[in-house]
Amino acid sequence: MAITDSSTGQPSLAAQATGIEIAGTSPLKRRTVRPLPLLGKAVLWIVLIAFGLLFLYPFAWLLAASLKPRGEVFDNALIPHTLQPGNYAAVWDQLPLLSWLGNSLVIAVLAAGLVTLSSSLVAFGFAYFRFPGRKLLFGFVLATMMLPGAVTLVPQYLIWKNLGLIGTWIPLFGMNLFGSAFYIFLQRQFLLGLPRELFEAARIDGASYLGLFRRIVLPLSLPSFIIIFLFEFQASWNNLQGALIYLNSGSPSNFTVPLGISYAMTTFSPTNGGHGDYQYVMVASLLVTLPMLLLFAFGQRYFIEGIATQGRKG
Amino acid sequence: MTAAQAQGQVGMDPERLTLLQRRAKRFNRREATAGFLFISPWIVGFLVFTLGAMLYSLVISFTHYNLATGLVRPAGASNYANLLTDPDVALSLGNTLFYAVLAVPLEIVFALVLAMVLNRVGRGAGLFRTLFYLPKMTPAVATASVFLLLLNGNSGAINTALGFLGIQGPQWLIDPAWVKPSIVLMTLWGVSGTMVIFLAALKNVPKDLYEVAELDGAGPVRRFFSITVPMISPTIFFNVVVLTIAALQVFDQAYLLFWRDQGSSAPEASLFYGVYLFQEAFRTFNFGFAAAMAWLLFVIILLITLVQTRVAKRFVYYEAENS
Repeated sequence: MAITDSSTGQPSLAAQATGIEIAGTSPLKRRTVRPLPLLGKAVLWIVLIAFGLLFLYPFAWLLAASLKPRGEVFDNALIPHTLQPGNYAAVWDQLPLLSWLGNSLVIAVLAAGLVTLSSSLVAFGFAYFRFPGRKLLFGFVLATMMLPGAVTLVPQYLIWKNLGLIGTWIPLFGMNLFGSAFYIFLQRQFLLGLPRELFEAARIDGASYLGLFRRIVLPLSLPSFIIIFLFEFQASWNNLQGALIYLNSGSPSNFTVPLGISYAMTTFSPTNGGHGDYQYVMVASLLVTLPMLLLFAFGQRYFIEGIATQGRKG
Repeated sequence: MTAAQAQGQVGMDPERLTLLQRRAKRFNRREATAGFLFISPWIVGFLVFTLGAMLYSLVISFTHYNLATGLVRPAGASNYANLLTDPDVALSLGNTLFYAVLAVPLEIVFALVLAMVLNRVGRGAGLFRTLFYLPKMTPAVATASVFLLLLNGNSGAINTALGFLGIQGPQWLIDPAWVKPSIVLMTLWGVSGTMVIFLAALKNVPKDLYEVAELDGAGPVRRFFSITVPMISPTIFFNVVVLTIAALQVFDQAYLLFWRDQGSSAPEASLFYGVYLFQEAFRTFNFGFAAAMAWLLFVIILLITLVQTRVAKRFVYYEAENS
């Protein structure tokens, strides 16, 4: 498997980290695309900018609405008639937003940290060690990727209930102790790109198997650790259904971000008995999106590489 | 020294080794043990939370499970029989299939168009790729809280924009015919994950093919269907499968737009299978029935994926060395 980042044409993160180019696997040499005629280029840019504006519009709308007074939130003006930046100060009294952000942060760090470590250990087990049944077991790993979550939803709830852990945060990250199929696949893919001699040499120098993991896998495969962490952090930050199942009956201050915003959408709804201060929902929505945008700003290439790897699974 | 090696030294005729012994010979015992230790977290998780959970779910599906009392009564196949008679199962299944048929092709086409435009641009593409990716980073709750208003039939921005074009926009969130298109619209806004996968595949199509085709006088449409589509067909297939599975399990958007507020009534057209299953399991705690529903979904997804794989065999082109 070629380890070139096909979306950017740069050497992939794995290849960069290891400084290893595997001979014979690099894809065909790419030539620069023949320049388009001027008209074609203009059309292309118009299409691109039009789509760009379309994609940006909801963000602009959200930002504008978050700065409006109650009566104007729904007026669709991208420049508020009355500017009310005080929403950003008031929202903290209106909603336990700080608790939600804190809760989600703790859960996301635990979920992402645990799954990164466990999946990488398992992936190392599959990539380096030779043991009977390895192919079959890895086949099971791949098969579980196809399993719809709904099938295990009810029994998993009952398992947590029997452990007396409903209402705690543990069901929201506990399963991450055991690795996750896609991440195991992704990490294994990276590790297979490392030459076996590297490990053998370290073994001869007396390194233990755990030592191999710490001294070779961890530093050389750091990019894939980061990819897994970022993906799971985002998934955890977004996990609405889990929070609905395991936290819904507790007090709002125990909620996570998705559950909290969902709760706020109902309580602050201008119809159906809500009291209508929807500008606070807008502020809160924007504030819980910011951490994700920051994550993307710092980790864009990891996200893109991770997604592209998903496509190569087929 | 391992047992297998020792046996070999004793001078046993290798031809007479049993299959098991010959197998053991291929592995270093220490290494194999360590390997099992490394994958043991996954084995435990698989046995308990996947395989165990699936068996548990199968058992539950043949019972009436009362959460409050913890009582379990055998139900025979009645939960499965109820799948056939409960009108909401048929309704939600119909809604979900309709949604998938509407959403998946649109997602594929839209993502592919965006990827092709980005692929053609060259300089500046990176900026737009980032821009297109932002919706994917936006939490579903934030997307829903905004689209709830954008899609408002009376004052929403979408209908206002349509009004400028002289089109009377529909009641997106109320009119049964427009409920699913509203969710499709939200999904399309976040289609960039699929786009990135397509973009990666497009970059891997050798440029020489296009040059040769152009010399032979093939126009852009011909080049698209004779080169691009076959060369990226494994990626198209992958995206179709993944998006179909996701569409059949749609939950977040439908819940947030329609079912969040238990006090108000939601349009029937928005009752998706995932939503109904969730309600049966965690609102009415009808676990036996919910488990049976989950198994039906599992079988449906399996069948659809199998059919897709069958169909794909005729159309997907795998480059011998590249896949």
